[in-house]
Amino acid sequence: MAVFTRARLTTSEVPSTVTPIGESARLDTHGVCAWFSGRLVLESVSLTMERSVVTALIGPSGCGKSTFLRILNRMHELVPGAQLAGSVELDGLDIYGGGLRATDTRRHIGMVFQKPNPFPAMTIEENVLSGLKFSRIKLSNDGRRQLVEEMLTKAGLWHEVKDRLGELGGSLSGGQQQRLCIARALAVRPRVLLMDEPCSALDPTSTNRIEETIRDIAEEVTVVIVTHNMQQAQRVSQYCAFFLAAEGQPGRVIEFGETERMFSDPADPRTSDYVHGRFG
Amino acid sequence: MTTDALAGTSTPNTASAPRPIAIPNDRLPEDRIFRAVARAAGFAAFIILFLIGFFLLLRGLPALRAMGPKYFTTSGYNTIHKPYHFGALAQMYGTVVIAIIAVIVGVPIAIGTALFLTEYAPIRSRRAFIAMVDLGAAIPSIIFGLWALHELQPQITGTTTWMAHHLSFIPIFKANNPPFNGSFFIAGLVVGLMIVPIVASVSREVFSLAPPGEREGALALGATKSQMIRTVVLPFGRGGIIGASMLGLGRALGETIAVYVILGLDFVISPHILEHGGTSVASFIAAEFGAGGKLGTSDLLMLGFVLFCFTLVVNLLASLIVNRSRSGKGVEL
Amino acid sequence: MTQSRPGVQDLLRDVRTAIPDGNGSAGNGSAGNGSVPADDSMSTVLLTGDVTRVRLSPPRRTHDFGGTGIVLLIASAVSSFAVVWIFFYQLTLLSGALGFLICWYACFLLMYWLVTTQVVDRSAATDRVASTVVASCAALVIGALLYIVIWVALKGIAHFSIGFLWRTLAFYQPADPHLFGDVGVGQAIVGTLEEVGLGALMAIPLAFMTAVFLNEVGGWGTRFVRTIVTAMSGVPSVVAGVFIYAIFIVPHVIGYSGFAAAMALFVLMLPSITRTAEEVLRVVPGGLREASLALGASEWRTVRQVVLPTARSGLITAVVLGVAIAAGETAPLIFTAFGNNDMNYNAFHGPQGALPLVLYENIFQAQQVVVQLAFTAAFVLMVLVLILFVAARLLGRRSTRKGRFRKLVTAPVRWVRSL
Repeated sequence: MAVFTRARLTTSEVPSTVTPIGESARLDTHGVCAWFSGRLVLESVSLTMERSVVTALIGPSGCGKSTFLRILNRMHELVPGAQLAGSVELDGLDIYGGGLRATDTRRHIGMVFQKPNPFPAMTIEENVLSGLKFSRIKLSNDGRRQLVEEMLTKAGLWHEVKDRLGELGGSLSGGQQQRLCIARALAVRPRVLLMDEPCSALDPTSTNRIEETIRDIAEEVTVVIVTHNMQQAQRVSQYCAFFLAAEGQPGRVIEFGETERMFSDPADPRTSDYVHGRFG
Repeated sequence: MTTDALAGTSTPNTASAPRPIAIPNDRLPEDRIFRAVARAAGFAAFIILFLIGFFLLLRGLPALRAMGPKYFTTSGYNTIHKPYHFGALAQMYGTVVIAIIAVIVGVPIAIGTALFLTEYAPIRSRRAFIAMVDLGAAIPSIIFGLWALHELQPQITGTTTWMAHHLSFIPIFKANNPPFNGSFFIAGLVVGLMIVPIVASVSREVFSLAPPGEREGALALGATKSQMIRTVVLPFGRGGIIGASMLGLGRALGETIAVYVILGLDFVISPHILEHGGTSVASFIAAEFGAGGKLGTSDLLMLGFVLFCFTLVVNLLASLIVNRSRSGKGVEL
Repeated sequence: MTQSRPGVQDLLRDVRTAIPDGNGSAGNGSAGNGSVPADDSMSTVLLTGDVTRVRLSPPRRTHDFGGTGIVLLIASAVSSFAVVWIFFYQLTLLSGALGFLICWYACFLLMYWLVTTQVVDRSAATDRVASTVVASCAALVIGALLYIVIWVALKGIAHFSIGFLWRTLAFYQPADPHLFGDVGVGQAIVGTLEEVGLGALMAIPLAFMTAVFLNEVGGWGTRFVRTIVTAMSGVPSVVAGVFIYAIFIVPHVIGYSGFAAAMALFVLMLPSITRTAEEVLRVVPGGLREASLALGASEWRTVRQVVLPTARSGLITAVVLGVAIAAGETAPLIFTAFGNNDMNYNAFHGPQGALPLVLYENIFQAQQVVVQLAFTAAFVLMVLVLILFVAARLLGRRSTRKGRFRKLVTAPVRWVRSL
């Protein structure tokens, strides 16, 4: 029966529970649309986020950038009344196609949120390792220590917390918490990392450190970052997609291309208006 | 004090820093009366509570005096003929045993129900389910008792008989004398069912307060729904769950009629919960009302005082724990 | 320009085929020159804002518990049923449907988990089993509660007639062949109504005032009073009954009467109405109070003419809920109202009956007819409590809709007009 064959796909075709080791992947979207309770909020977005490239999604608020981002790791469907259309392909495999479970998709495509959300009941070390717990990946004690050190170093937090790994996750400052969340997301070695305005609630020093992290990890993880800060987009990304929603219309991608080009010589007048700060 | 007319600032050249002025107390007389009356109303509750304890102790003292401190270690109810022989031991034992069974049975089921209502129930029917569970808190305990006597007990006697025969290697399930009904076990089950709506209602409130940011964080890491609940919702709700359980415990301690209906009232103090017989403070008071003469009445009132103290302590502890916990701050216990 | 990367090239191609010929002007999809650049370099790709006629594909399915899952669930249920059926009656000497159900459920869970792990990975299988367990908890509870309600209704309605509501139990002979035509619970209904009514009458002003104190007045003593109210809400109903007995009846200040019962119920209703009322008052927006005070009203006026009317439906809900629970209490009535088979309209003199007491007195009787009488009374009590409960919920829901917002706006205006 077809219904049984489809279920089998998970165990044989795609290595759903094995962590891929640091191989960045490419995300292709074709005609992605999103609805909330019947209202169309995002229309026909077809973008390619190349492997090992940092792609920034920019545009004024309310244009569907975050919605689009959440479609990429199957978080959109958690909202009651949310629907989507189109396809999202991770290195050619449609994540909505039934071959990959949502929980597995999220292990391949990680996310860092706007408001830092470390688990307050867990220590810093447990926070970093929590993703592994969900995937039931077992490491030796040494392996765990190594992983924690590696991830916290990548996130730029190691030196500040190496002596207090046993403290609770909630005891850090905002910037430190966000870096902890980045370390946590990286610990499962995702192939893509989605970042939803990760620095908007942080001070400039933390923002700086996180942008450094993004540059450091870009080779091994494809990064897609939503940002309101155009200078940040210029600093960290190689490619940029400009989203816009006209009055009463769903959000669309107006322009997509190399960041330098988008800012110095945008093709669409609306892009030009936005990057030059004439509206926001 | 020099004033810089252009900049508009003033630089005091004295050493005095600004001090706040006193706000004159010019409340209207009607407001003064209103506030006084309201405050008195609040303290009236305290007076009532105090009176409860005071009068129960007062009228119960003759019983305590008749038996001395042995009142708490004696089991029996001879209050008519000297030498008197009565006490609170069997009743207190039964109350505690039944309450423990009720909590062990009721709290996990209540938490499961609360999780279902907040995390799994389809949104359209959620309200209906919630209403049905909350309805359980309104069903009178005598109707629970009636149902338990006529429907539950006959059905479950078969199971308890099996347990007595096959599970007797577990000490508390050891039982030798049929019938295996009218026991602490069955009474505990019924009271456990009765406390589920209350515990579920408070737990439900607590779970719905679990921060969505943390939930999303767990899901984004690839957690399944049950993993997310275990990592985020339950740790967050720990204080609230404990508070809710203690609330349920308080209710179980005071449950009168359902226990009265089920238990075969004798003064049994044994850990064998499957055996027939036993008594609890509340059901004993109801059962022996009017019997036992003057001293008997005093005994009942003393028992009432004991129960009052038990439940007071449990309730106060519960609200203390809940208020100190992360989840409790938003919840009214 | 560097050589084009295949991905973006594909994207260009897709875009070109998808966009109809639209121009850059907003609002119309009229034909015109496409704004896609002619060169193949992948520097910029344009999607104009007029991609309105692209056909939207239908929404995607996102849950993974589809046909397979349901089939597995049913299959496990059926096969575990069969297995337990065989073993249950052969191996164990159990009796009773309950034991069978327990065995079946345990076997079902185990089978379901084993089978699901064949099809999906372990965490997903554990997740599904966990959802099943949680759903069964809720099903158990709701099932039991519905069982109780329906059982009482079925048993009680058999001998119910409308006259049952006003006839009394005076002179009733259990041997009477037309028993149910001659007796009724009228005296109990009157008793319950009077006792609960008087108790509520005494409790409401005090409870509202206490809630007002806790929420509106505040100041010193707030935390103390709140702790007291919480402590009082834990007092068991039997203790409230013996308390009134100890303070009034033992020294013969008051005899067994409906009023004594009312006082016991007052002790029970006070904390519950206070706490619900306090919550309701807390939800009233602070801006209303500020608006009223800014208009020069005193605190008392603000409370009386702005806060309380705004919270009215919530306060009514609090009262009705407290009354519903008090109406079903048996234990306090045993020691205070004492019960009466005859009609007693005077709540201040002489023992009075009540619905729960009729049940209490007849529940252990040997004769079937008397037990049947108890069931019928139980039915009446259940219906009464249900009506009150449903009323409380309906009233509570209304308070979150337009009614309150209308009062939000008109209350201060009405007060100004009343000056």
